[in-house]
Amino acid sequence: MNDQSIAAPAGRKIPDRLDSPAKAAVFSWPSLLLAVAVGIFILNSFASPYFLSPWSLSDATFNFTEKGLIALAMALLIISGEIDLSVAAIIALASTAMGLALQFGVDTPGLVAIGVLTGVLCGMFNGFLVTRLGLPSIVVTIGTMSFFRGISYIVLGDQAFKGYPDSFDFFGQGYVFWVVSFEFAFFLVCALVYYVVLHRTNFGRQIFVIGNNPVAARFSGVRVERVKFILFCLTGLMSGLAAVALTSRLASTRPSIAFAWELEVVTIVVLGGVSILGGSGTIQGVVIAAFIMGLVTFGLGLLNVPGIVMSIFIGALLIGVIALPILISRLRQRMAK
Amino acid sequence: MKRLLRTREIWLGAAVAAIIIATELRAPGFGSLRNLMEVFNNTSILMILALGQMAVILTRSIDLSMASNLALSGMLVALTNAAYPGIPVPVLMLMATGFGLVLGAFNGALVWRLGIPAIVVTLGTLTIFRGLIFVIAGGQWVNADQMTTDFVQYTRIPVLGLPLLSWYAIAIAVGFFVMMTRTSIGRAIYAIGVNPTASVYAGIDVGRTKFLAFCISGALSGFCGYLWVSRYVIGSVEVANGYELTVVAACVIGGISIAGGVGSVAGALLGALFLGVINSALPVINISPFWQMAISGAAIIFAVVLNGRTNKSRGRLILKSAETVK
Amino acid sequence: MSTVNATDMDDARPAAAAGKGPILSLRGITKTFPGVRALNAVSLDLYPGQVTALIGENGAGKSTLVKTLTGIYLPDEGEIVIKGKPVALTSAHDAFERGITAIHQETVLFDELSVAENIFLGHSPRKRWGMIDWKAMHERSKSLLAEMGIGHVAPDTPLKELGIASKHLVAVARAMSIEAEIVIMDEPTASLSHKEIEDLFVLIDMLRQDGKAILFISHKFDEIYRIADRYTVFRDGEMVGEGLLKDASQKQIVRMMVGRAVDQIFPKRETEIGAPVLKVDGLSHPTEFADIGFELRQGEILGFYGLVGAGRSEVMQALFGITRPSAGTITLDGKPVEAKSPADAIDAGIVYVPEERGKQGVVVDLPIFQNVSLPSLRKTSSNGFLQLAEEFRLAREYTERLDLRAASLSQTAGTLSGGNQQKVVIAKWLATRPRVIILDEPTKGIDIGSKAAVHEFMGDLVAGGLSVIMVSSELPEIMGMSDRIIVLREGRIAGVYENDGSLDAETLVSVAADIGEEAAA
Repeated sequence: MNDQSIAAPAGRKIPDRLDSPAKAAVFSWPSLLLAVAVGIFILNSFASPYFLSPWSLSDATFNFTEKGLIALAMALLIISGEIDLSVAAIIALASTAMGLALQFGVDTPGLVAIGVLTGVLCGMFNGFLVTRLGLPSIVVTIGTMSFFRGISYIVLGDQAFKGYPDSFDFFGQGYVFWVVSFEFAFFLVCALVYYVVLHRTNFGRQIFVIGNNPVAARFSGVRVERVKFILFCLTGLMSGLAAVALTSRLASTRPSIAFAWELEVVTIVVLGGVSILGGSGTIQGVVIAAFIMGLVTFGLGLLNVPGIVMSIFIGALLIGVIALPILISRLRQRMAK
Repeated sequence: MKRLLRTREIWLGAAVAAIIIATELRAPGFGSLRNLMEVFNNTSILMILALGQMAVILTRSIDLSMASNLALSGMLVALTNAAYPGIPVPVLMLMATGFGLVLGAFNGALVWRLGIPAIVVTLGTLTIFRGLIFVIAGGQWVNADQMTTDFVQYTRIPVLGLPLLSWYAIAIAVGFFVMMTRTSIGRAIYAIGVNPTASVYAGIDVGRTKFLAFCISGALSGFCGYLWVSRYVIGSVEVANGYELTVVAACVIGGISIAGGVGSVAGALLGALFLGVINSALPVINISPFWQMAISGAAIIFAVVLNGRTNKSRGRLILKSAETVK
Repeated sequence: MSTVNATDMDDARPAAAAGKGPILSLRGITKTFPGVRALNAVSLDLYPGQVTALIGENGAGKSTLVKTLTGIYLPDEGEIVIKGKPVALTSAHDAFERGITAIHQETVLFDELSVAENIFLGHSPRKRWGMIDWKAMHERSKSLLAEMGIGHVAPDTPLKELGIASKHLVAVARAMSIEAEIVIMDEPTASLSHKEIEDLFVLIDMLRQDGKAILFISHKFDEIYRIADRYTVFRDGEMVGEGLLKDASQKQIVRMMVGRAVDQIFPKRETEIGAPVLKVDGLSHPTEFADIGFELRQGEILGFYGLVGAGRSEVMQALFGITRPSAGTITLDGKPVEAKSPADAIDAGIVYVPEERGKQGVVVDLPIFQNVSLPSLRKTSSNGFLQLAEEFRLAREYTERLDLRAASLSQTAGTLSGGNQQKVVIAKWLATRPRVIILDEPTKGIDIGSKAAVHEFMGDLVAGGLSVIMVSSELPEIMGMSDRIIVLREGRIAGVYENDGSLDAETLVSVAADIGEEAAA
């Protein structure tokens, strides 16, 4: 396009970039989301006098930390062009495994290990089906979603595991400092780790390349299957960790635990600006999106809006936040003409 | 490939038959005509939904909002029936279908006009529609005693031994078959799934065709909304919760490719029947119904692995011995 | 076709060429995109019974014109006149209704659908109530295919079971079935073998005899002179010349295309050819190739020639670790190489510039510098953590050596022209400091200016001690650049030739195509 066939003198200099990175950051998706989050925060504080108290803010975080944990790994997976719809079922299976181990007298460290390990194994199973057999992840994980949760149903039926040891309570109910819950602190640490991995390492760069063009990635020496396999394992791992936190918070395991969470997790990721088609997205965006989900749910809860109605706002937010920029740019184009 | 496709459906049919026979051996009576008709009737709604989902999946999209659409449309007609018992049921059926169509058109318009991926749009509308049920019903349920006899009976009246519900499924399946094989819209749905670029050059409007596919899945979801409420005599927020993935599962088992363009009406129906037969067979042979979910999950994985195999064996160029192939 | 009878056929061509006015005329067509004026007040005439060649470098506006003619783009200004009447082509369907059809370079057809449906999609024969009449569709397809001399293709065969040449023929059948009066062929020969091109030309001739107006787009001058009656040249979105081909020499047309005279001279190199670097022995694959053995020496350019489908790319991809060979050994500098993946091959020092640039070469949505640094990330990073400054340094070093034209290194690769994208791919590989670089059709689909740059650069590479394997289907390129030439045929080596000036092109072609004396005569 901007290429002239006539040879020009060699030795031309090509600048690194034209726009400064700071300028790009200001006009980015996370900034827009941050504005939305601040707006909701302000609305919430007007809506209820209780909202601004430290303890209620702390309570608000429980609405999204477990889903947020999974969303971090899911973001990487979706950027690489895959998806895992079985995450909520992995929670169910991991929680069931912990409950089962409990019946055999396993204590807290063992329970945590079993929960996390189950998650990783589930992730490996998904990863194996997708990367080794070359199957589309969306259908594979719809299958494993039924399969994993199905096993929980076989084990538990309409029963529940209860009676987790007191020391196990810490993961979902404990506080590390004042109002800062263990879950929330853990989420922040994980978010930082995922930020570094995705945006500051070779591995993260390879994820973006794979999501944009898996063939060119392979032809450039990226071990595409291995990277994807690792991402499925990570998603399983995070689901296992979320299972530990959630089981501890609820202090029980039912097979219906975390039902339909997969769609909420995907919603957080997409709301966070990750392209569902793969290839782009940021951890900052996902973290802010998780906060937004938590704030909306909690704010509406303060207003005594039932949970099911909140879902209207979440759904509208998901579509609206994506549709709005498209509509605005359309309008601009029309104005320009 | 047509031959191959046909064998795929034959295999699936054989699998369904094998399950029926195996169950009959353990529990005589399961394979009786009366029971099989019962199983068919129980699967009717899933079959209709699978057809609608198929139309969308063929166009390289997915409609995750079908179950919510069903529940919302169902709640709407249930409320209407409770409030105005005088309205004849066929009008209510039309109303459910039309309302579902509008919801589907909303999905379709977002996909068509704004170019938002279908999975994102329907993920959003899935939660929106579900939430709206609570709003329009004010958090209430609609119970059996609030429904008119006609409302409940219009899925139950037997015709030639089969309840009306089954006949709706049969009629829709036949209509769908004709639409997919004999009309331009049906062929356009296949064409844009196989090759969207080529479709544009063949004069097919890709966006509009997708839109129509969403309208179809929406209308069928709406109609199933009435069927569900009438069949299970309940309208509530929880109706068909999570059922969207069962519908997708039926399609996957039926061999409809998630990548678009490949799949048949027979496949979708058999995929649904496969799940339906398993559902009915488990309690009969004294396996806890809690096994159902794991089995359908395993079936999906198995079907996907099988699909992957057949896909891989072709598409490879054999150059050295090209003559033997051609 | 049914309208043609034998007497018409004999002298249809001169009559049409002499008598009739244009069936389609474009006047002052302008089309702009944000930042680019793709077409600037261009005009074009198509005459019935004549083949008009549309010639221009990449980015000259040819594909925009095709999209305008087929109703995909609406022009900003200008008018389209068909049979003397101005028309507006607002959709693909509109264009189709006006009798315009297009056959594209990448066969844009429907793999999963049957041959008959591929021919008739969008205009299927109907029964009552608008129902598609499959029986009539199959019958008409059958007679159409028979008329074209490919009666052995059954109408209900799924298209994906056909080879690429047959797919093109199905596309032609489609054009004939809608009784189009204007047929656009957008690089129809790009991926066909000589034999297949000949078959296609017979069909184009049939269409011409039938009085269709044909717009033929190709990069290959021999084809243009072989089949076309008229030419229209585009440069930078403007029409810069038109006329009868018999009145214009190749040189004149090239001058119009590039705005200056270009002699297709390949750069002379004085390179010392050294010891063997890469040794391949008995390399085989169950289905793609067998018993491939050769040596590549230091500073050598080894050409691989053969028809499309002879297995050249497959052999190269096996060397690069993409496909696994079933037998054979690869040794580089005396050390055995076992490339299980491209990553292994790159580590060993073998790199591959693929033929499908857009799909396999560049990541179009990522910035240039990330494309370049991708295989070298281990070197530019520290302990797995990215160091952007290092990446920029590396990218700048190699892209500037290749004289890349880009506004900045943060620009996405997709915004570059084909030739510049190719430079990004080559820069990416040079940055890994390879021993052997494999170039698969390195100048396919890039403009003449960039072509020359790539050729010149190949000379620099070998001078710098690298060894090059070049796969090419272009005879002038293979003969102009290679030190030795290996001809592949049906997955086996059919001949090895020193390119010392005594080798003639006919030998290569006949060995590649396995043509005996009678065919060559």
